[in-house]
Amino acid sequence: MTQETLLKVNTIDVFHGSFQALWDVSLSVKLGEIVAIIGANGSGKSTLLETISGLVHPAKGSIEFEGKNISALEPFQIVNLGISQVPEGRRIFPDLSVLDNLIIGSYNRKARSERAQNLQRVYQLSPVLEERKNQLAKTLSGGEQQMLAIGRGLMSNPKLMLLDEMSLGLAPILVNELYRVLREIRERGITILFVEQNVRRSLTEADRAYIMEAGRVVLSGSAAELREEEKVKKAYFGA
Amino acid sequence: MTLLADLSTPIVMGILLGGLYALIALGLSLVFGVVKEINVAHGDLVILGSYFGYVAMTIIGIDPILSLIIGMPLLFGLGFAIQKYILNRAFRISMDATLIICFGISIILQNTYQLIWTPFPQGLTTPYALESFSAGPVRFPLTYLLNFIAALVVMLFLREFLRRTYLGRAIRAAAQDRKAAHLMGINTDQVYAFTFAIAMACAAIAGVFLGLTFPFTPTSGMPFLIIALGVVVLGGLGSIVGTFVGGIAFGLAQTLGGHFFGVAAQMLIAYTMVLVVLAVIPRGIFGR
Repeated sequence: MTQETLLKVNTIDVFHGSFQALWDVSLSVKLGEIVAIIGANGSGKSTLLETISGLVHPAKGSIEFEGKNISALEPFQIVNLGISQVPEGRRIFPDLSVLDNLIIGSYNRKARSERAQNLQRVYQLSPVLEERKNQLAKTLSGGEQQMLAIGRGLMSNPKLMLLDEMSLGLAPILVNELYRVLREIRERGITILFVEQNVRRSLTEADRAYIMEAGRVVLSGSAAELREEEKVKKAYFGA
Repeated sequence: MTLLADLSTPIVMGILLGGLYALIALGLSLVFGVVKEINVAHGDLVILGSYFGYVAMTIIGIDPILSLIIGMPLLFGLGFAIQKYILNRAFRISMDATLIICFGISIILQNTYQLIWTPFPQGLTTPYALESFSAGPVRFPLTYLLNFIAALVVMLFLREFLRRTYLGRAIRAAAQDRKAAHLMGINTDQVYAFTFAIAMACAAIAGVFLGLTFPFTPTSGMPFLIIALGVVVLGGLGSIVGTFVGGIAFGLAQTLGGHFFGVAAQMLIAYTMVLVVLAVIPRGIFGR
C-alpha cells in the first residue's frame, strides 16, 4: 500500500519576536497516519502546531498540505483547506452554549452544508455533549470541555486534525477515554498529528513520532523503534 | 400618595430618556465588547446620523425616520471601511493606536460639521416632534416614547442576531477568545469590520432619534459619548441587554436626581450613581 503524504513541513525556522522558537524543523504526515510530537515544555511543539495552523508564519522553509504551499496563508484559509486544530488549554468559548461552540466549529462555508450530519457524528462520539447542548460551555467538567474542544474541531470536516496536549491535567480514566475517541476519529479516515508530554503514552498510541528539544527535531521514527531507542529510554523512561 | 404622584413624572421621563441613552450606547457597547476598542468617535458618528436626517428632511424633503432606509446602509458601509482600512491595521501596532485614531476621527468629523452646517444648533423639527402624550398624571413628548420603542427594537434585534446567525455567533466567539476564533476558521478582521459596521447602523438610528428629541450642534457628540460610556460600564461590558438596562438606570438617576436635588445637580447624581454601582459590582449590572 502506498501512502500519499498529506502534510510536509520543510526545514522551517520560526521566531517569536527576536526569539527563535523553531530551528530547521522538518516533519511529514501521511494520509491516515497518527503521528506524535513529543518533548518537554518549551521545546517548540506548540509553536510547530501554531505554524501549521497559520497563527505564525515561518521565516524560512515551507509547509505543504496536499502538495500546496500553505506557509503564507491565514488561519481561516487553512481551516478551509481541511486542517483543524484543538488548541492547548481547550480554549472553548466559555459563554457560548455547547451547541453554539459546535456550530462555530462549522463556520467555514464548506462545512456549513454538512453541519447536521457532522453534529450527529460528534454526538455519537460523545453523547454527553448532546445531553448538555444547551448549557454554557464553562459549566462542563474538564474532561467534557476537552471532548467539546475535539468535537468542535471535528465540525469543520477536517482531513488533518492537530491536537495540542489534550490530556493535560485530566485524570487517567478520562485520558483513556480521549484516546479511545482519537482512535475512533482515525477510523473515520481523519489523519492525526498530536502533541504530548507523556512519552510512554504517545509511543503506544502513535504510528510514528518526532522528538523535539529546544526547538529542534532530535529524533524521529516509528513508535516501536523509538520505544527501543537507548536515548529515549534514558531521557524519558529513566531506564 | 402625593409623593408617588410627584414621582411618576420623573420616573416615566427617566425610563423613556434612558431609552435614548441606550440607543446611543448600543453601538459603543458592541464595539467595546467585541473589538475591545473604545470608539471615542462614537458620539460624533451618532451626530453624523443626526445631520444625515437633517439633510434628508430639509433638502430631499423626506421624513428623518424614513430616511434611515438610506442612512443605515451608508453608515454601515462607512463603519465597515473605517474598521477594515484603518482600525484593523492600527491595532496590529497597539490598542493605544486605535484610541488615538478614534480621537482623530472625532476631531475631523466635528470640524467637517462646522464647515458644512455652521456651529449653530439644528433640529429635526418634524410635526410629530412637537406632539405630546398623556398617560394618567404624566405628560411626555411623543419623541421620548419613540426613542424608547426604537431602543427596544434595536436591542432585541441585536440580541437575536448575535444568538441565531453564523456571523452573530462568530462575533461572540471572537469577543471571547480571538485566537480560538482564528482556529475555528473565523476571519476576525472581517468579523470586526462587520461589528463596527453594525454599530454604525445603530448610530444612524440613534442620531435620527436624538435629532428628533434635542437640538444638536457639531460638538454635541462628546457629551453623549460620555453618557454612553457611563451607560456601557453600568450595564456590564459585552452585554446588549445590560446596555439597555444601564441606559434606563442612567436616565432614571438623571431625572430623579433633578427632581430631588435640582436640575443643576442631575448629571452629578447620575455619574455618582455609576461610580457607586461600579464600586459595589465592578463588572456592571449584567457583567460577566
